[in-house]
Amino acid sequence: MIEVRDIHKSFGDAHILKGVTTTFEKGKTNLIIGQSGSGKTVFLKCLLGLFIPEEGGIVYDGKLYADLSNDEKRDLRQEMGMVFQGSALFDSMTVEGNVMFPLEMFTKQSKSEMKDRVDAVLKRVNLIDAHHKFPSEISGGMQKRVAIARAIVMNPKYLFCDEPNSGLDPKTAILIDDLIKEITEEYNITTVINTHDMNSVMQIGEKIIFLKDGLLEWEGTKNEIFKTDNEAVTNFVYSSDLFKKVRQMYIQEQN
Amino acid sequence: MNYLASVGSYAIMIREVFKKPTKWRIMKSLIFKEIDELIFSSLGIIIFISFFIGAVVAIQTALNLTNPLIPRNLIGFATRQSVILEFAPTFVSIIMAGKVGSYITSSIGTMRVTEQIDALEVMGVNSLNYLVFPKIIAMLFYPFAIAISMYVGIFGGWMAGVFGGFLTSEDFITGLQTDFVPFHIGYAFVKTLIFAFVIATIPSFHGFYMRGGALEVGKASTTAFVWTSVVIIILNYILTQLLLG
Repeated sequence: MIEVRDIHKSFGDAHILKGVTTTFEKGKTNLIIGQSGSGKTVFLKCLLGLFIPEEGGIVYDGKLYADLSNDEKRDLRQEMGMVFQGSALFDSMTVEGNVMFPLEMFTKQSKSEMKDRVDAVLKRVNLIDAHHKFPSEISGGMQKRVAIARAIVMNPKYLFCDEPNSGLDPKTAILIDDLIKEITEEYNITTVINTHDMNSVMQIGEKIIFLKDGLLEWEGTKNEIFKTDNEAVTNFVYSSDLFKKVRQMYIQEQN
Repeated sequence: MNYLASVGSYAIMIREVFKKPTKWRIMKSLIFKEIDELIFSSLGIIIFISFFIGAVVAIQTALNLTNPLIPRNLIGFATRQSVILEFAPTFVSIIMAGKVGSYITSSIGTMRVTEQIDALEVMGVNSLNYLVFPKIIAMLFYPFAIAISMYVGIFGGWMAGVFGGFLTSEDFITGLQTDFVPFHIGYAFVKTLIFAFVIATIPSFHGFYMRGGALEVGKASTTAFVWTSVVIIILNYILTQLLLG
């Protein structure tokens, strides 16, 4: 579980996060939504430890990040997996090399043990015959699956995803969403996803937080988001005609 | 003020490069890869330029020796001195600042733009050590490339002098051996090692701390080349004054 306690983050005069407090539970897919410039990416980078908040703190399963020594912070980092928006695969390495990289860096496993683990996670993300291909030789959807495989290869406690569906066709996007949800439940990890994709919200949003101007505007589940009367949330989530109709149908069904 | 901040950031970067080392098993393969990319892949252009510059130095010297009292073997002497003292260590380093420097900036800059450096950081890898340290170690082999440049430059001078009919082979060799000071070779290699460090680190700095997209990667490469060249020229003056002055 991750507890976020009243974090503030500024860059120069720009006050990006103005006091966000929330919790992300274990074994659940937690979604962060909000308009561009609302502070989602900065918030996610604070969760990853890439940005240090000026005020407030982040607690990972009872451990306050700010209180950890450098070695403890490094150990905590190794318990985190991250799927970047553009996959961020290493161009110079094959798919197998990319997934094996964290194992080579941080474990003392033999080559065959590492290979077995890589085969297992690549199989888990349904990538069987891509071991020796380079990232430039595979599709965007496959790159995302490799990124997920790399993120889970160390059995992380926390999985962070930044726009995992961006640039993917709707069908592949759903496959990626389902894969993330399945992995979250299977490995019992705390997953936090930064997304703009309302399909993801409806599909896998077990907990959703809505950021607006650096503040937590709303939080709830995917069912609660249908019923909310928060104007900022409804304007954002139901900005398209399709989702307006979906909401109307849901409300009619409930009545 | 910005320049001072950049110098400070550069110093901090250098300190970080030597902290928290990457596993030797991984570092070893990275160093071999960088030796191949930075040194071996540059030998072709170094040999090509060295040969023709050495040849031109010999021809220019010969054409300017109009006084019959000055011995022709001065052509060999002038070629040796020019090539060993300045051409090979300094001129080739400026060419390497363009070739190797732009490669370093663009490769690290592209990793920054595509979030690969963020990926390393999130995993808990010291990205500066992982990316820059192997380049610094690989560039320790740069004096070997400069030794080849010296040899080929003098060989080019010999070819142009002898086959151009400016002097005999014996005269050229006599000139090469005249007033030879072994310390000049040491001076050239001290310069080369310092320039190697500059060529490995300044482009890395510009690539690592760049922000933006593909256009900014190009701009960072250009800026890195300009600053690497400026630093090489200034250090060349300081080192010459300190070691030979």
